[in-house]
Amino acid sequence: MATVAPTRQAEASGQPAGPRTRARRSGDGVAGYLFLSPWILGVLLLTIGPMLTSLYLSFTDYNLFTAPEWVGLDNYKRMFEDARWLKSVQVTAIYVAVAVPVKLAAALAVAVLLNNKRKGQGFYRAAFYGPSLIGASVSLAIVWKALFTDDAVVDRMLRVVGINTGGWAGNPDFSLMMLVLLGAWQLGAPMVIFLAGLKQVPVELHEAAHVDGAGRWLRFRAITLPMISPVVFFNLLLETINAFQVFTSAYIVGGPNGSPAGTTLFYTIYLYDRGFSDFRMGYASAMAWMLLLGVGLITLFLFRTARGWVYYSGDRR
Amino acid sequence: MKLSTVAWHAGVIAVLAIVLYPIVWVVAATFKPSEDIIGGLSLLPTEPTTVNYERAVEGIAGISIARFFWNSTVLAVLSVVGTVASSALAGYAFARLRFRGRGAMFALMISTLLLPFHVLIIPQYAVFQRLDLIDTYVPLLLGKFLAVEAFFVFLMVQFMRTIPHELDESAKIDGAGHWGIFWHIILPLARPALITTSIFTFIWSWNDFFGPLIYLSTPDKYPLPLALQLFVDEASGSDFGALMAMSMLALVPVVLFFLFFQRFLVEGVSTSGLKG
Repeated sequence: MATVAPTRQAEASGQPAGPRTRARRSGDGVAGYLFLSPWILGVLLLTIGPMLTSLYLSFTDYNLFTAPEWVGLDNYKRMFEDARWLKSVQVTAIYVAVAVPVKLAAALAVAVLLNNKRKGQGFYRAAFYGPSLIGASVSLAIVWKALFTDDAVVDRMLRVVGINTGGWAGNPDFSLMMLVLLGAWQLGAPMVIFLAGLKQVPVELHEAAHVDGAGRWLRFRAITLPMISPVVFFNLLLETINAFQVFTSAYIVGGPNGSPAGTTLFYTIYLYDRGFSDFRMGYASAMAWMLLLGVGLITLFLFRTARGWVYYSGDRR
Repeated sequence: MKLSTVAWHAGVIAVLAIVLYPIVWVVAATFKPSEDIIGGLSLLPTEPTTVNYERAVEGIAGISIARFFWNSTVLAVLSVVGTVASSALAGYAFARLRFRGRGAMFALMISTLLLPFHVLIIPQYAVFQRLDLIDTYVPLLLGKFLAVEAFFVFLMVQFMRTIPHELDESAKIDGAGHWGIFWHIILPLARPALITTSIFTFIWSWNDFFGPLIYLSTPDKYPLPLALQLFVDEASGSDFGALMAMSMLALVPVVLFFLFFQRFLVEGVSTSGLKG
């Protein structure tokens, strides 16, 4: 392999001037495609191909074993009459709307707490970061379920301070909340990103405002938040897209039916159930495309609103 | 130590205690008899026992836990090899080479960054089924060797862009081709990006549940997350201690990676601090 490029170069330099010269100056087509060949294969065979196929399948009845049968928009229409699909949309929407702000608020609070030059910051940052590496694992979902089982540790602890939810894992009113808390427990990843953003906020601004008599809260709202708004936006976007795709923890905690009473029937769980338990693959493909549409619209919406509250340095506002 | 420093440490430790409580609780719980686990508020086991771990090591369905560890390790190591190799190659092309269509392909790569994989899995599954590759590791690994994880390609590109071009130029004068430049100059300098990619790929593969869930059906081939789920189904409630112990054992490699990675970070910071 090592000799390929020089030989080719020698050949190229032997060519008369013309279109070749430009090709040579502007780099190396062949080498570029060679280095990129695994990625090109991957993107064609495992991304673009499957994407187009699933779009086609979403307009068919397909059970993996007989040929797909064209049904037009039937799958899409059926979704809106499918009580379980509507339930899964509701569960996912509530989860995204609650879990993302809770997690980001927790992450920002810890980042602000850690953001000072004292010794030990590195250690604490690592300690808070740790859980986000294991939070989405089966192991942790099992642990979480044990902690939140009715009449288990969390239940008993809260009763000591006078809070009685009547159980968590088995209680339809709180089962989703328990997964929201599991999401928030993984605050480490956005926290590290917030911390990096906070380090960029000039100390002079805070000092000047302090001299002018601005209190902590005012300084946080008027200086820190606008200064780190690009980081807030980045975290918000990432966490929202991720929250739509929660699967492992929900599957371990609630199983394929989203127990109790369908309250943990996440969109991805229902998609898995339809596609890989019932082999209703046309319907599952249509569901996947609706998910893509939903995530796409939310992303667009976030970008739209961002104009109003995300400030980039050099922005004249 | 100043009072404010003490207060800060106390505050941080208080918050940290809440966050780390589940871990401390479960580690303690694995040394308690099964029936003491669920309602047990006290952290210290009254009668410490290793019986949970002994049963966890025995495994499930007649398959020892070593088998599941081995399966997880095979998957994780091959994932790391494939991802690092394919993303480094693609990163080099995007960051250092000029060729027709590069811009368009780069944009395509970026647009796959946040694509929900659900729009891909059904056709992928159908094709792998047609090729008789269900219940093998091929569907779980093929994408890794084809740089499907755009995040790591992007990471490589970002990193390789910062390497000064003078280095390639002088290597070119010495007669090195693209492979030589890639292998002898770019790869060694891109080590931090390679390490980051390896660590994340390993952990993601180790924790992956969805892929094995849809593609594997023989318990003999299960990686740990799937084995744990099998355990949940089979021993629900009855053998709680062993289930917890097995969950903890499954996390050990991730924790080790984390600790090692941390040391790596701290070393980097302290050496640059010394220089500065």
